[in-house]
Amino acid sequence: MNWADTMRSGLEAITAHRLRSGLTVLGILIGIAAVILTVGLGEGASASVDSAINALGTNLLIVSPGSSTTGLVRGGFGSESTLTYANAVALADKVDCPDIIGVAPQVQSEQSLVNGDTNWDTSVYGSTEQWLSVRGRSVVDGSFFTNQEVSTDANVVVLGQTTAEELDLFEPVGATINIGDIPFTVVGVLNSEGSSGSSNEDDMAVIPITTAQEDFTGSSSVNTIYLEAGSSSTMGAAYDEADDELLALHSINDPADADFTITSQNSIEQTASSVSSTLTVLLAGIAAISLLVGGIGVMNIMLVSVTERVREIGLRKALGATPHVVLRQFLVEASTLGFVGGLMGAALGVVGAEVIPNFITNKIEISGTAIAVAIVASVGIGIVAGAYPAYRAARLAPIEALRTE
Amino acid sequence: MSAPVPAYSGNSNSHGPSQVSASGTLSAPVGSAAVGSPKAAPLVEFVDVWKTYMPGAEPVHALRGVSIKVYPGEYLSIVGPSGSGKSTFMNVLGCLDVPTSGRYILAGTDVSHMDEERLAHVRNRSIGFVFQQFHLLPKLNAWRNVELPLIYSGVDRRQRKLRAMGALERVGLTNRVDHYPNQLSGGQQQRVAVARALVNDPDLVLADEPTGNLDSRSSEDVLAMLDELHAQGRTIILITHEHDVAAKAERSLRFRDGRFVAPEGAAA
Repeated sequence: MNWADTMRSGLEAITAHRLRSGLTVLGILIGIAAVILTVGLGEGASASVDSAINALGTNLLIVSPGSSTTGLVRGGFGSESTLTYANAVALADKVDCPDIIGVAPQVQSEQSLVNGDTNWDTSVYGSTEQWLSVRGRSVVDGSFFTNQEVSTDANVVVLGQTTAEELDLFEPVGATINIGDIPFTVVGVLNSEGSSGSSNEDDMAVIPITTAQEDFTGSSSVNTIYLEAGSSSTMGAAYDEADDELLALHSINDPADADFTITSQNSIEQTASSVSSTLTVLLAGIAAISLLVGGIGVMNIMLVSVTERVREIGLRKALGATPHVVLRQFLVEASTLGFVGGLMGAALGVVGAEVIPNFITNKIEISGTAIAVAIVASVGIGIVAGAYPAYRAARLAPIEALRTE
Repeated sequence: MSAPVPAYSGNSNSHGPSQVSASGTLSAPVGSAAVGSPKAAPLVEFVDVWKTYMPGAEPVHALRGVSIKVYPGEYLSIVGPSGSGKSTFMNVLGCLDVPTSGRYILAGTDVSHMDEERLAHVRNRSIGFVFQQFHLLPKLNAWRNVELPLIYSGVDRRQRKLRAMGALERVGLTNRVDHYPNQLSGGQQQRVAVARALVNDPDLVLADEPTGNLDSRSSEDVLAMLDELHAQGRTIILITHEHDVAAKAERSLRFRDGRFVAPEGAAA
């Protein structure tokens, strides 16, 4: 019996019991769609985490103050104010730190912005001119403040697009707004980055760091120092230079006692992606269980089918079907059920990936690989689930089978 | 292009006095069997065949030393009450089962120890079955039922259809080729089964109670068809419990307690 005849015969057997075959396929279909969607959800989550981290800038090192220990109470990282504007100036030194090409210290405070009758609460960052390049941003309207304005504590501000809109500023550049009752002149508007993760990169105000320290934070410490390396290959060198420089500045001999932490974008990315991949594995595991249930459904139906067709199998064997041919026949049937279920499940997954994000905030990214793996897996499930029923059919003694009424 | 109806092999016009020998308690000596037909080797030869089952502690002997020779072109009937072991005999004869001991030579090949795969091939090529319950597949129409044996001998699709049509023509069902079994009368269904038995040009046609489920008119019809096949030179073995059916055959043997006991309805 050749493959074409085997396939034809298998399809006939499947279409002979449309409802039953349909329900069997449904089991696989739901399982495959669930697996594809959960994996897609995980991929989507890690992609948005990646883009959030990349939105910080490229080849970025982030220096945070160390943890404070007051008595036995240990604060978290950043709870101690060990970093200063002077540290940032030292890290910008081209002789000590040749691989650091950009330094942007940053202080942060939450302030109320007022434009006439409209007010809006947002994060106000204080930094230097280099903030723009280090954070990988640009100005679409007006210009960023200059180092000249930083050194003169100028009351100038650059707004994010959302912030400008919320303040009803239709021609922001040149307008005057109040930040915490102090008037500032708007000199520029940042490009749009969209929201990434939990923070909205378009809702912020940036002012000179000196102004921020004087008017809002009242201290010389900074929250974060962003460092930019020339390329990804010099990240390691830049890290070491920053580490050495800061240890020296803080007079610390043992690196284990460091009162600051330097993290690279990569390490943040890895941490974030390991979290999201754990979640993905968990969800995919649950989906895989539904696929397993679908596989058991195929096995069940194939066993019923073998029992129901005992006479047919017996007759076919009497007429010359070898055990091998019967085995292949049932395997083809089971794997066809699996294949059809996989194909339709993948289709449902693709449709779901388009439709579901309209109702939830998460992105779903479905890759061709995921679809291919899912379809191959569903055929595999069909074969595994069909193996035992097919073996039973192949072992049927034709005389017993023919005698069954 | 080959004819849709396969050419018959063997001595097609010989109604010759081919002989049957049955031993066991039977008095006729085995040696006399070959006397009448020295020209041909036996198609079927059983040599002291036993079939023993062990359903419990006590062995049950379904066949007790059956020896028989059937020559090409013969029409033999075997009569026996139920429980006589004739079904077991028929299963071994049809290569659906293997003997516990003894030898079964079919068309010159010893099939007594073949495995399932090879037995399936032998059934496919050498034996055409006609069953009491017809055993047609209800989801397939007449010609697709008839083509089944050809599927398993690897005949291509066009040839299969041609040959199935030819076989149906021979049993007089040309105008029913697209009918499904439930659209056919019992007699017509059995004729489809006969066409299926013939389509692969087997050495032996094995009819197991072929009239058991038919009214008397359809029975006559089917028996007449077997007669006709015999006249064309087919080797036919008919198993029945009805003596008048058995009498249609050229030679009749009686089966009882796992062996042949006496010739029934003397030879033609």
